[in-house]
Amino acid sequence: MHIMEGFLPVEHALGWSIASAPFVALGLRSVRRQLNERPEQRMLLGVAAAFSFVLSALKLPSVTGSCSHPTGVGLGALLFGPLAMVPVGLVVLLFQALLLAHGGLTTLGANLFSMAIVGPLVAAGLFRLGRRLGLPLAACVFAAASLGDLATYLTTSLQLAWAFPDPAGGFAASLLKFGGIFAITQIPLAISEGLLTVLVVNALTRFNAEELRHLPLFAPQGKQA
Amino acid sequence: MKKQNWLLIIAVILLSALPLWFAPQPAPGPDGQPGEAFGGADGRAQQAIGQVAPGYEPWFTPLIEPASGEIASLLFALQAALGAGVIGYWLGCVVTRDRWRRKTEGQTKNEEKPRAD
Repeated sequence: MHIMEGFLPVEHALGWSIASAPFVALGLRSVRRQLNERPEQRMLLGVAAAFSFVLSALKLPSVTGSCSHPTGVGLGALLFGPLAMVPVGLVVLLFQALLLAHGGLTTLGANLFSMAIVGPLVAAGLFRLGRRLGLPLAACVFAAASLGDLATYLTTSLQLAWAFPDPAGGFAASLLKFGGIFAITQIPLAISEGLLTVLVVNALTRFNAEELRHLPLFAPQGKQA
Repeated sequence: MKKQNWLLIIAVILLSALPLWFAPQPAPGPDGQPGEAFGGADGRAQQAIGQVAPGYEPWFTPLIEPASGEIASLLFALQAALGAGVIGYWLGCVVTRDRWRRKTEGQTKNEEKPRAD
């Protein structure tokens, strides 16, 4: 989902940066508030960030014959809410943009929007919906993490199609092209991310049941957190 | 729960390994040489931009590029290692805490009910 450095026209690069900026501020505030209220959650926030570090470093082969990587932000979005993952995504993307020439500073806003804003929002939204419908926890976690991952790559495809409409077929043809590259490649990877997130949540529910009870999305059903 | 966890791990390994055999062969490039198999999707998107907008020139280049593919893999490995280290630390802490809790609970139970032997 990394749009390479310089590969968005100036207006788009600026626009996405402006769109992402308020989320960074809100995200920092959300993290600070949660850690002030419950300093013991620091370890879990570390786990959520670490999970994203690991998964976004793993470039996995896919059925399309190309490689891509999961984002790992779904887990943190379920635990701490979607906003908390914005600063985490920012750290990951900055590390890769500055040291690895993977992604870039000019495309940071766009990449942040797809990976750390749309992905976590979709994941947290689906998780909440699934729980409200009374679906089992593992199913909700799986659907949230994998579809959140997929949403990130669809967003990247949309961003590129918007910036580079096909000269003949326009936006739609371009979207098909970029979607074919990103979204199809991502399907098995998104499933992997979903399964791995279930694995971590299994461990969390077994070993951190007490801490989970205080997290908004994991609060016992039908009771106030 | 334990069985489910193993099944999850096996499924992830299969999902990641099977494409190595079942993915389509890359189309040959313009020079007739077979294309690079399992290149990055990000790179493919870059090529697609070249096709859709042939006149587009990137207007900014990365400040630092890894000196080689080896250095890039070093940094990716470092990123994964940092994350895995934190996750390992957490698992070590909570598993040990869980074990201690069980042990002390077991002891208090044993004190209430003296063992028959």
